[in-house]
Amino acid sequence: MKLLTLNFLTCAIKTCKTSPSSFPLHPQDAELEIVESDVNMAFLRNILPRLMWEELRGITRELGLPELPETAPAAEDLGEPSQVAKDLHRLLLETSIREGKLVCGNCGHEYAVKEGIANFLLPGHLV
Amino acid sequence: MSRPEDTLPPDLFYNDNESRKYTTSSRIQKIQSDMTHRALSLLRLKSPSLILDIGCGSGLSGEILSASDQDGTPGGPHVWIGFDISSSMLAIALEKEVEGDLFLADAGQGVPFRAGTFDAAISISAIQWLCNAESSEESPSGRLSRFFNGLYASLRRGGRAVCQFYPKNDEQKKMVSSAAVRAGFGAGLLEDDPGTKNAKTYLVLTVGGGDLDGDITGVVKGMDGVDVIDQRKKARVVNQRREMKGSKGWIIKKKEQMEKKGKVVKPTSKYTGRKRRIAF
Repeated sequence: MKLLTLNFLTCAIKTCKTSPSSFPLHPQDAELEIVESDVNMAFLRNILPRLMWEELRGITRELGLPELPETAPAAEDLGEPSQVAKDLHRLLLETSIREGKLVCGNCGHEYAVKEGIANFLLPGHLV
Repeated sequence: MSRPEDTLPPDLFYNDNESRKYTTSSRIQKIQSDMTHRALSLLRLKSPSLILDIGCGSGLSGEILSASDQDGTPGGPHVWIGFDISSSMLAIALEKEVEGDLFLADAGQGVPFRAGTFDAAISISAIQWLCNAESSEESPSGRLSRFFNGLYASLRRGGRAVCQFYPKNDEQKKMVSSAAVRAGFGAGLLEDDPGTKNAKTYLVLTVGGGDLDGDITGVVKGMDGVDVIDQRKKARVVNQRREMKGSKGWIIKKKEQMEKKGKVVKPTSKYTGRKRRIAF
């Protein structure tokens, strides 16, 4: 699962919907891998305003990746395939979680990730 | 032919064997790809977007979403996130190394993404499964409303969703579209080849705001061979002034009613409805 997806994913449990700590989910025992893909500048420009940068920094810290700058890169920096854009692409679209689990900060529910697929099926009483 | 929806729940129906059959059948591949292209033309995306694929299965539709503009995907290549309830289907998607992120999740349990995540959503032959409830804890209407409420929240303003589905009957069609309307979507149904055996129903959903030309009637504007049948209830004229009882207007209305009944009614004059002068 890409780190981009993790920046949008919340806990699926109904009672967590209202709590701000249900986002982001915290990866634990994560095994990372790099899946190479082509840089898509138009997509990066499109998605940039929707990213929660502070949460993204938190996640990279938890995963032990290099520290991100304090503020998100400006859209102008993504004009041409610059180093900033390449780094962002590397982080969001190529770095992915292969194995591990995601833990909700509110209820502590653990979602298992296996072969890059997260299991979000909930037992009936939690829906 | 019996409907698979009537035989087993989706996670059991699409077992390893059935999933493989589904994915390798060239006939199904062709139908799925045609429907995905049709849905994409309804979404009218102009630039690479983040798309949610509900019931992505083995990634037949996802492969088209990841294709580039030259390969016939408007605005592509898009980045997509898909979820499906059948683990066998997802296993085949893994084998094929599709580019999107996959989730094992039940759409009837909601959409676990934060508000305003997606530019668009697509669903090919999936949401009819939501009309079945497998346990007494849940109901089809509850599943549909959880799904549409979640989908509405996770789409950005001005976003669109196109869900192709196989309704069992008109009742089911109505149940699905009214659930979508209740969640806040502008909803409309587009039918290809109506009345034939291979009729395909597309539920076109729009989220208000942003740079949109309204609901489905705006979406299909300029498309060839589309008839618009507007079945929305016209908003009733709210300010229908009712005559005050005893007023002149009320008396004249009553006199007209009586006249229509064939009663003898005194002619209306300037004195009609006036108070008598106080005699003393």
